[in-house]
Amino acid sequence: MNRRLLWPAVVLALLLLLNLFFTPGFLSIEVKDGHFYGSLIDILRFGAPLVLVSLGMTLVIATGGIDLSVGSVVAISGALACLAISQGTGVLAAVALAVAVALVLGAFNGFLVAVIGIQPIVATLILMVAGRGLAQLITDGQIITVTDAGFKVIGGGYLFMLPFGILLALVVLAATVFLTRRLALGLLIESVGGNAEASRLAGLRSRGILITVYAFAALCAGIAGVMVASNVSSADGNNAGLWIELDAILAVVIGGTLLTGGRFSLGGTVLGALVIQTLTTTIYSIGVPPETTLLFKALVVAAVCLLQSAAFRARAFPRRERPVTQPVQDTTEVAR
Amino acid sequence: MTALTGAVVPRKYLPVLVTAGLFVAMFIAGGARYEGFFSTQVVLNVFIDNAFLLVVAVGMTFVILTGGIDLSVGSVVALATMVAAVLLNAGWPPLAVIVVVLLIGAGLGLGMGCMIHFFEIQPFIATLAGMFLARGLCYTIGTDSIPITDPAFTAAAQTQIGLGGGLWISPSVLIAVAVVAIAAYVLHQTRFGRTVYATGGNEQSARLMGLPVARTKLGVYTISGFCSALGGLLLAFYMLSGYGLHAVGLELDAIAAVVIGGTLLTGGSGFLIGTVLGVLILGLIQTVISFQGTLSSWWTKIFVGLLLGVFILLQRVITTRKK
Repeated sequence: MNRRLLWPAVVLALLLLLNLFFTPGFLSIEVKDGHFYGSLIDILRFGAPLVLVSLGMTLVIATGGIDLSVGSVVAISGALACLAISQGTGVLAAVALAVAVALVLGAFNGFLVAVIGIQPIVATLILMVAGRGLAQLITDGQIITVTDAGFKVIGGGYLFMLPFGILLALVVLAATVFLTRRLALGLLIESVGGNAEASRLAGLRSRGILITVYAFAALCAGIAGVMVASNVSSADGNNAGLWIELDAILAVVIGGTLLTGGRFSLGGTVLGALVIQTLTTTIYSIGVPPETTLLFKALVVAAVCLLQSAAFRARAFPRRERPVTQPVQDTTEVAR
Repeated sequence: MTALTGAVVPRKYLPVLVTAGLFVAMFIAGGARYEGFFSTQVVLNVFIDNAFLLVVAVGMTFVILTGGIDLSVGSVVALATMVAAVLLNAGWPPLAVIVVVLLIGAGLGLGMGCMIHFFEIQPFIATLAGMFLARGLCYTIGTDSIPITDPAFTAAAQTQIGLGGGLWISPSVLIAVAVVAIAAYVLHQTRFGRTVYATGGNEQSARLMGLPVARTKLGVYTISGFCSALGGLLLAFYMLSGYGLHAVGLELDAIAAVVIGGTLLTGGSGFLIGTVLGVLILGLIQTVISFQGTLSSWWTKIFVGLLLGVFILLQRVITTRKK
């Protein structure tokens, strides 16, 4: 198994075991009303929006950037979809509109980063702050409720006995893996993340790749936004997707992708997102008081990050440290 | 135009001057539009309402100047109000409460600094964990708003210090101004301040020059934690309550104020006075919106976002021309 996936997988397994200890039937999956039912399915289902947002975030982080605006994009796309449906637009048209607007917003982020040359964290901070206001402007500060049965399917419906959201996330995951690992796109993204200037001199169109990546991140956030809005049948400009950017960045980091860019692991990201979702579920199922949820989360995050830190491992387990476990850039230093 | 001003004033002061110009322009425009806007008290009120943000933004400036970021400030502010309220209700003397709260803030900051420096965890992630931790501690202490009835705290909340001519400020403003003055001295006149700039400019060069980079990085996060706790105390004076949901999203306001003030997020360049102006501009936007009356609160976010965009583009133009 890939070493970078080891720690997140261990943490995920420990969390699941912990659940099994407190709730013996935790891992069982049964068929009810013609579809699968169980805690594991719930984790996947409620984790689907986070998995989607994290996938987009992985590619952005692989280019050495970061996208803080995804939470606002989630809110905007959910608000637009609900507004359009409440005004009588068809479900497909409404969803298409929401996702298209998300794409445009992402391209705007990409434009600021790639063409104007603004630091990604600042460029996306603009949309993070203003986007939340825009979402509230769209919903007029209210919570828009929709009762369309077709719309409800996206976040709450079932297909082939599985929740539709899981399938949607799987489709996006498969498409992303195909595009980045079967085609050259992944290599190009890693190359831009490794050294944007060198890639440009080598003949890569860094700008186009950067804009594509930010547009893709916003596209994923847009789909996630529609999914979240559909699941609760309403759009809340203030709270939809609040802090999801932080969870997504955490998922990517837990999955072993470095914030410095140049390398990424989609499998790690999915694991990371599932760790975060399982953590949330665990907190409810083992009866940790909801007030201490964040405390628990902080401890797990700190533990995972420390375990992944080469400097920490070198101090904590000096004898077990081998050059193989060091990240690639460090081995050159050791060799020197 | 830019070239002309560049010849007269050093280019490094240009972002700060633009921010100052914008503040004056906004104030004059507001004065022309709204009855009773054009008064010194309106400016003083901006200080009174944003004293806590000013203190927090000062700490954030130190961190950003070294090229780092501190996402935990809002949560630490909330934790400070919570701890203060609980300890005061338990009958602790106010002075002891203040000392304990400040120590907690500085300690949290130092802890995050250690994670960042010794274990090489990115500032973004380490302070994110700090943000969850502090907010989580708040909720663990209690989920309800706890009122503060201590006479010393209520006195600090209600005292009006007259400046003559019917003008007044609150004690919090004095504390905030003192913090700004001390921070400006430390940043621009001491060896520690120069090391902060050097570390932000190029950490490796600073280390090779023999500068105490480790101590400086731990120092800036400790300062930020301390400032957040102090900001929390000022917020406790202002709100007279401790609550786990105080100051949600304050870290964004603080970062926005620092960026609008002309400090580069890459570190190594910026001035404390810019941060002060940035906080004033954020406060003035809220004042304008409350004077307008018909605009909903979410326009604040849209305006702040737009301003951020304009300032970042401007910085970009300035830094490109330098080459």
